[in-house]
Amino acid sequence: MKFVFPFWSAALLGLATALTAEPIKVGEIASLTGKEAAFGQSSHKGTVLAVEQLNANGGVLGRPLELLSEDNQSKSGESATVARKLLSRAKVVALLGEVASSRSLEMAPIAQRARIPMISPSSTNPKVTEVGDYIFRVCFIDPFQGTVMAKFARETLKARRVAVLTSVSSAYSVGLAKYFKERFAADGGEIALEQKFAEGDKDFKAQLTAVRAAGVDAIFVPGYYTEAALISRQARELGLTLPLFGGDGWEAPQLIEIGGQAVEGTYYSTHYSPEDTAPAVQAFVAAFRARWNGETPDAMAALGYDSAFVLADAIKRAGSTEGPALRDALAATTGFAGVTGTTNMDPARNASKSAVIVTIKGGQFKFVQSVAP
Amino acid sequence: MTEFLQQLVNGLSLGAIYALLALGYTMVYGVLRFINFAHSDVFMVGAFAGLYLAPLAPGGSILGGLLVVSGAMLASALLGVTIERLAYRPLRQAPTLNVLITAIGVSCLLQSAGQLIFGAAPRSFPVIFPARALSVGGLDFSSNQVVVLVSAAALVVGLRLIVFHTRMGAALRAVSQNPRAARLMGIDNDVVIRFTFALGSALAGAGGVLYAVNYPTIDPLMGVLPGLKAFVAAILGGIGSIPGAALGGLLLGLVETFVGGSAYSTYKDAIAFALLILFLLFRPAGLLGKARVEKV
Repeated sequence: MKFVFPFWSAALLGLATALTAEPIKVGEIASLTGKEAAFGQSSHKGTVLAVEQLNANGGVLGRPLELLSEDNQSKSGESATVARKLLSRAKVVALLGEVASSRSLEMAPIAQRARIPMISPSSTNPKVTEVGDYIFRVCFIDPFQGTVMAKFARETLKARRVAVLTSVSSAYSVGLAKYFKERFAADGGEIALEQKFAEGDKDFKAQLTAVRAAGVDAIFVPGYYTEAALISRQARELGLTLPLFGGDGWEAPQLIEIGGQAVEGTYYSTHYSPEDTAPAVQAFVAAFRARWNGETPDAMAALGYDSAFVLADAIKRAGSTEGPALRDALAATTGFAGVTGTTNMDPARNASKSAVIVTIKGGQFKFVQSVAP
Repeated sequence: MTEFLQQLVNGLSLGAIYALLALGYTMVYGVLRFINFAHSDVFMVGAFAGLYLAPLAPGGSILGGLLVVSGAMLASALLGVTIERLAYRPLRQAPTLNVLITAIGVSCLLQSAGQLIFGAAPRSFPVIFPARALSVGGLDFSSNQVVVLVSAAALVVGLRLIVFHTRMGAALRAVSQNPRAARLMGIDNDVVIRFTFALGSALAGAGGVLYAVNYPTIDPLMGVLPGLKAFVAAILGGIGSIPGAALGGLLLGLVETFVGGSAYSTYKDAIAFALLILFLLFRPAGLLGKARVEKV
């Protein structure tokens, strides 16, 4: 972990004062319970690990970090309420969260108005950072992800005709589908068919039968893991053996649990793979397993971890925890080496970094390739 | 042509589950003249009963599968009878509207209790019937779809036998036609009503497990959407009519599938419901319902 070493020198000096100095309060909002609890829990565990490592190395600016975590129960409306609570009562210097774009969009205006920086670890919808100049993210955005998968479909899967199955009631799904279609068509591919479904649907056979009749080479499913697993199963039941592929919404152990045999040979793009042999990644995986009972960190955990380190790095460079100074330091983040690759903040406060493509083989997630921006 | 037949198979297996659920709505309406909104949550409890029973039965065999379905039917029947005893019977003399509101309350209670007990995250449902992919003349379907169609057909036939060829069935029809006259003939209405709830809830429980077999993720809110569709199917078939409910369920499943597979998949539910409204404009009593003249 290259980025930890600079703290070592400060650690020896700071350790004594860190224990007595007033802590720097950082707020975290995550879906710790409810429908997307798998995402929130992972992200939270990564963030906690990062804060513990930072404090073990003497904290930041000689002060320990204090993480105040709030649960939004995966419910809409709740993120705004807890964001207000963290800002007005606890007076946190920054907010970390959320995974889901729709919930990040709820808390962003509140952080913006209070002029307190907010870092979303893994919301990929472009609209999130468009809320204002205090809103950042440490992950890539959907236009990039759509481009990566379009290129992958053309070049690696050698697909000419592709069907797209979009969830009409999810901003993430509609956005990702749009960017994928634009790039795939520009690369000379053909979107043979686009079928829609709604959140909560469980029967996709009607749409898949139409896909079968259209005679395509692959199916793109921008959606979350539950639907992706059910769609894969039903596609196999209809005798479709062609590859299915999607985005980072697929990343959860439940994909394999629900999809079983049917998700074998499917692909999705995500932010990192625990199989990456880079020393920083392997050190993180080992530390995470030691801290959380042998659990292997997924992309949400890695991004949660990176979000805390990006913040600590900015506080150090700003030399202050004041909102505007911290904001400027965050905006100036360049070449920050994290677990999920090198983070460079672009002028729109989005991190431009590489994506990873993962496949499922023998009931395990397997790293395929890394795609640079 | 193959695509048409394939959609037909898809639509029938979806419709069969709507049909099983619709039967419960229509039976309760037949004897008590109110819509039991908690029915869709009995369906959910049936699926969870299946989840907990599955490890006890031999997995992936027909016998094991039937045992799980029977167990879930029993659990759902017990739940249905309990709901009737605790929530609806004290309101027997109250206006229908009060019972209706109570039904919505029971539905909310079951959903929230389900989230507390089973957890709010979707759970994956185990394989209980032998799972195989079948292919006949260009038509592909899973053995689970066959199981769903066969079980649904068997349950509907069984229900028909009970209603038309047993003394209890005769009593049920009598109460449905005229509760007061039935009581004068020496029929214990409470027993008949309890029996109706047991039967309807058992069918919902079977529907819950069969739904979970076909779409193997279950959660405490899984009943909401199928429940709404089945309710519509019951109205479409003519509420109060048993064959009507079965027919309505199949029809709704077919319409939904054919629209879902067309270029208008975005408007799948909108088109299905628009058709329903259009249909009811011309046949207000539904497919097989009898138009009754309300005395004012």
